[in-house]
Amino acid sequence: MNPQWEIIGSEGFKFMGKMNASISHEIKNVLAIINEHAGLLEDFTLMAEKGMPVDPERLKQVAGKIQSQIQRADTIVKNMNTFAHSVDEAKGTVELGGLLSFMAVLTERLATMRGVTISAVASPEPITITTHPFLLQTLIWFCLEAVMENAVTGKKLHLSARADEQGVQVVISGLENTEKLFSSHGFPGRRENALLEALEGNAAVKGEGGEIVLTLPLTFSNPAMAKGEVS
Amino acid sequence: MTEKKVLLVDDEREFLEVLGTRMRNRGLDVATADSAEEAIRKAEQKNFDVLVLDLNMPKMDGLETLKILKRNNPDIHVIILTGHATVENGIRATLSGAEEILEKPSNVDMLIRKIEKLVTKKMVKI
Repeated sequence: MNPQWEIIGSEGFKFMGKMNASISHEIKNVLAIINEHAGLLEDFTLMAEKGMPVDPERLKQVAGKIQSQIQRADTIVKNMNTFAHSVDEAKGTVELGGLLSFMAVLTERLATMRGVTISAVASPEPITITTHPFLLQTLIWFCLEAVMENAVTGKKLHLSARADEQGVQVVISGLENTEKLFSSHGFPGRRENALLEALEGNAAVKGEGGEIVLTLPLTFSNPAMAKGEVS
Repeated sequence: MTEKKVLLVDDEREFLEVLGTRMRNRGLDVATADSAEEAIRKAEQKNFDVLVLDLNMPKMDGLETLKILKRNNPDIHVIILTGHATVENGIRATLSGAEEILEKPSNVDMLIRKIEKLVTKKMVKI
């Protein structure tokens, strides 16, 4: 395996591990809430057994809260499943608006932990490209991670996509200190460069330093990547 | 015996609300905080016997919060209530002054037994 793909492989594992840890933490939180609501219902039962009146409305409220946590867990597990399947194909058609919305949801907890919010801004028209879905997600995460390390608490980051004659662009906006990010922190570093090379893209700072712009081709020109033979 | 004063800290508001209710129903004096900042503020206003603290919290994590609260009130007992009670987390928490570590989902009666044990230990020490 060449050094570029060694970096991509090991960094990809780290990204997968980080997301799985975050998702499992969220699931644990939901289970803990359901556990307490179930315990509260048990407390009500014990009260009723002792002849103390229990308000049916209260029971209904607790049942509703359990149902809403189950819905929350279901969404988390669906996202986990979508994420797990992103490694299935080395080449796929990706609608960038959908992918960016998914990335905002996937990274929400990790961003919240750093006092940052990430939102996806919808494009007027769907923008689709043929790319390596997992590598693109990995690259976007590394960009977000680098930006968040430099972001102040309460920062709002936005993910959006746009298309022009040169290809498509994934934009991370709402940044500060991006010039510093590129000059002092060596961004894009080895891992980002390895991914950019595989995706045939490049990274730049635009908008007076307020945006990181990832330019990507509509499809691969590298024959192996175009055939989806590199995974 | 006076009510045991407990400060429950977790960023999941719904979890705080239900666990707090269940603990109050069992006779404890429970205050809740959904952030480190709120916990520090509440601990400045009231002398708590026990702090029940999550490790993973936004902005300032549980261990950092623990260190600040312990510095302000060295006598406070600390129980970590976390989603991932790993050996590493246990060691880090113990080194920072925690005495017990429990994993979520937990049993409220077990939590209360641990609180009572710690408060009793404190009374014997006095």
